[in-house]
Amino acid sequence: MNRESLPQWDYVLAAYAVLIVAMVALIGWSWYSMRRAEKRREELKRR
Amino acid sequence: MHIYANPKRFLALASWLTPTLFISGLALVMAVIAYGLAPDLPGFVKAMGIEPVPEDRLMGETVRILFIHVPAAWLGMGGWTGIAISSAALLIWKHPLAGLSARAIAVPGLVFTIVCLATGSIWGRPTWGTWWVWDGRLTSMLVLAFLYMGYLALAQATAREGASPKIAAIFGLVGAINIPIINRSVVWWNSLHQPPSLTAGKSAIDGAFLVPLLIAVLGFSLLFGAIVLMRMRALIAEQQVEARLRRRAMQDEPTPVATGAMEPAE
Repeated sequence: MNRESLPQWDYVLAAYAVLIVAMVALIGWSWYSMRRAEKRREELKRR
Repeated sequence: MHIYANPKRFLALASWLTPTLFISGLALVMAVIAYGLAPDLPGFVKAMGIEPVPEDRLMGETVRILFIHVPAAWLGMGGWTGIAISSAALLIWKHPLAGLSARAIAVPGLVFTIVCLATGSIWGRPTWGTWWVWDGRLTSMLVLAFLYMGYLALAQATAREGASPKIAAIFGLVGAINIPIINRSVVWWNSLHQPPSLTAGKSAIDGAFLVPLLIAVLGFSLLFGAIVLMRMRALIAEQQVEARLRRRAMQDEPTPVATGAMEPAE
């Protein structure tokens, strides 16, 4: 199968989808774990 | 560098640096994603002299994948370089935050390495005609992903068991041998992967692709910095919580002498 016959945009969209999913998961998890840990520290300080 | 050995000083710096890096990085990354995915640009953007991504003579439209694949490769390798530098700082200067910064780099470094492998594989199918080849560049990059996994497992186990962080630091330094191997692999061995396109002061990439690529590298690097700071803040807070709980447990625990005095005589 040569390059011309392949739907190139499908590959472009698939690659960007991989990146977007990975970035959303990484940023979401990093932000959530930071907020949770800092909140726990503040609660413990108050007690 | 030892000024920031004090977590209080470091946290004061990180509190404004984290959102600054995050917002600026995210803005650039979103602009690059929008540019990379747009078949055409709106009139007002073209009026600013910005043209849509031209089709590459050999790669066609898949050239757009390079805007995300190259920064991911750079950060996968740069991440481990960061782990090696932090590990050296821990082993040589016993910098208190060095072990934490190495641990904080590991997860984003692994994610970017996996993104690099996945996007490279997706790019390879229409361009090379195959998803994967066991050549020097691809194999050494896969080894890097396994090194990240090994480092994460080791760092977590040593932290959980209360063992010395130096164990993970030595692994971080030894694993750095893979970085020059990845970098030189396309020169040392025959490979489907193209030779280095960007070297000091030279570029084999046309300006139409080079400018968005450099903006993408900058944007993803800023975002990477923000994520590392978030991870460091989380790890510092977890350590402080653990230390406080341990102190309280020790205060609450009655001393053996006092316990004996309180016991009624039989």
